[in-house]
Amino acid sequence: MSKILIRGAKVLGGEPQNVLIDGSVIEAVGTEISDEAAEGAEVVDAAGKVLLPGLVDLHTHLREPGREDSETVLTGTRAAASGGYTAVFAMANTFPVADTAGVVEQVYRLGQQHGYCDVQPIGAVTVGLEGRKLAELGAMHESAAGVTVFSDDGKCVDDAVIMRRALEYVKAFGGVVAQHAQEPRLTEGAQMNEGVVSAELGLGGWPAVAEESIIARDVLLAEHVGSRVHICHLSTAGSVEIVRWAKSRGIDVTAEVTPHHLLLTDELVRSYNPVYKVNPPLRTQRDVLALREALADGTIDIVATDHAPHPHEDKDCEWAAAAMGMVGLETALSVVQETMVDTGLLDWAGVAERMSFKPAEIGQAKGHGRPVSAGEPANLMLVDTEYRGSVDPAGFASRSRNTPYEGRELPGRVTHTWLRGKATLVDGKLT
Amino acid sequence: MQRHLISAADLTRDDAVLILDTAEEMARVADRPIKKLPTLRGRTIVNLFFEDSTRTRISFEAAEKRLSADVINFTAKGSSVSKGESLKDTAQTLEAMGVDAVVIRHGASGAPYRLATSGWIDAAVINAGDGTHQHPTQALLDAFTMRRRLVGRDAGIGRDLSGKRITIVGDILHSRVARSNVDLLHTLGAEVTLVAPPTLVPVGVETWPCEVAYDLDSTLAKSDAVMMLRVQRERMNAAFFPTEREYSRRYGLDGDRMARMPEHAIVMHPGPMVRGMEITAEVADSDRCTVVEQVANGVSIRMAVLYLLLGGNEPAVSHTRIEEK
Ligand SMILES: [Zn+2]
Repeated sequence: MSKILIRGAKVLGGEPQNVLIDGSVIEAVGTEISDEAAEGAEVVDAAGKVLLPGLVDLHTHLREPGREDSETVLTGTRAAASGGYTAVFAMANTFPVADTAGVVEQVYRLGQQHGYCDVQPIGAVTVGLEGRKLAELGAMHESAAGVTVFSDDGKCVDDAVIMRRALEYVKAFGGVVAQHAQEPRLTEGAQMNEGVVSAELGLGGWPAVAEESIIARDVLLAEHVGSRVHICHLSTAGSVEIVRWAKSRGIDVTAEVTPHHLLLTDELVRSYNPVYKVNPPLRTQRDVLALREALADGTIDIVATDHAPHPHEDKDCEWAAAAMGMVGLETALSVVQETMVDTGLLDWAGVAERMSFKPAEIGQAKGHGRPVSAGEPANLMLVDTEYRGSVDPAGFASRSRNTPYEGRELPGRVTHTWLRGKATLVDGKLT
Repeated sequence: MQRHLISAADLTRDDAVLILDTAEEMARVADRPIKKLPTLRGRTIVNLFFEDSTRTRISFEAAEKRLSADVINFTAKGSSVSKGESLKDTAQTLEAMGVDAVVIRHGASGAPYRLATSGWIDAAVINAGDGTHQHPTQALLDAFTMRRRLVGRDAGIGRDLSGKRITIVGDILHSRVARSNVDLLHTLGAEVTLVAPPTLVPVGVETWPCEVAYDLDSTLAKSDAVMMLRVQRERMNAAFFPTEREYSRRYGLDGDRMARMPEHAIVMHPGPMVRGMEITAEVADSDRCTVVEQVANGVSIRMAVLYLLLGGNEPAVSHTRIEEK
């Protein structure tokens, strides 16, 4: 059966409508769809649920190649489909590093093969993420993977000259450099946000200024060379102010925030539980509120998960020895609902903007982040916004379980995801 | 009392005074010809040292042996303990051996807390120093030393350090001793002033229950005790201060400065001292300097802590009860 009729869904949170999918495209959207048109269609009752375009994550770690014990393209894209995503951008810090056309093509093809979610590889900015020599950015762009986003994420491109050259170079093919803003000298030995809690716990501090100084430098570089720059996982109130200033000045900068930085604070580190160890670190309540406000007013453009799977043994140890990162694909929308929608800061159309339209635009993900209207690719997802339940990592599709939300009650549940008309998630179960 | 001793901040005033009073009882044992109590006979205590500290290990070992416990020393230094799993693995091995208490020293802040709260082990956990976080028995022995010197050995029983003014000088940023002392001394009613160059004071210190000053000379005249912390020479290379000479000039304790302290005031140091850098030989060797007493008091304090954590439900050791045993 190639036709699907989604009945009574609140499209982008609006009035209930019906959406008819024919093959890989949306055939019709409206309150009335003729019986004739819907004939033979499989019917999905979506009453009360919100229909959004398939989510797009500009910041995912899939770990393949190299750390298949943490995650693979298959398990990661299944996790993505569970979370309502139809496209993810896979970060370059794999082993080998995604700094050549060969590696990015491999990752891209695995995504296509498995069919749960489009995987758009991100290319490294520098060879081996070492910050010294530009990787073959052009070759990666021209490869079958068509790389448009470049990042040394995990590490900061801290050399100002290399950053400048990268920003200039990608202009030739409309690429963007996504910066992990972390001044390395200011964060030597850093274990958590530097502040009241780190002072008490005796853990090495990661000061806000180490992020803010790089963002300030990079927006000025982008302005100087007339390029665009994207700031990964912005985490401090000060960073928000710098991005707001840069945008008011007309600088072509975009920024992302992770769900966990919208919800969690460094107070949680008092438990010394490494599940809360992440880079950039969890900040203060003041930062959290500033980030929410900035996401609401558009200073921060998008939500990106920074989904960072790690096996149990890399987290079941003392804090200092633990790996940094949290999984996020399967809980992202719930956290955004809790922090942004249920607080009245954002409506569902705003969520669609920040989790689908805009990330697709920044990363130039073809066919994703499109309007829910006739003739568009049927990349869609349904969320039951009334659902309340506690997070159980045992049910995760991700190979790793390092979630900070275990046992925590979060609202919302993704029930269906369609990738070009093909269901990848039905009633909360992967196909 | 709680089941573990992880942080000086976990102690109430009454807990702390009970420990100090119990340590006075324990100190009397040291004055007897046979320095041994049967209290922890049949109990097994492991000294689990991931970081080298002969002084602290020997102090705990002496305390354990005076209480007749079976002692196992486990030194992980040298073996490759770069992977975090080793703490968990070691803990589970000890658990299988039926250990009653683990005295842990670890280079990572929070490691004892993880050990006590992760369900890896059932034993009581005593923090013998973790990273730059806490060293609670050090703070207790310091408080014990202060109470004896500033309140009195017998007069001090049952009392805290209300009204005493303590100045702690040196590398506060990297010091678990400073953190522990600020917490405990505040609990015991003392007023604490931290003195250091601003580079060696942690960001966030403003929430600590103490004062912070950058000038040593202005604090000396109103100090009942001045505690000098060790300053590691490598801090100089990391630009925490310009030169060793300049540090000594501004923050070192010499005879002239000591002369400006009140007559009754004492000089303390957690040891080992680097003479010439933070403290001159003249001061270190003066009878106002309590370094040697601190070492002896360390054993009494650790006996008290082990006794109270492992000795069962009895609230405290009364003088007579110890004699009966
Ligand atoms: Zn990053």
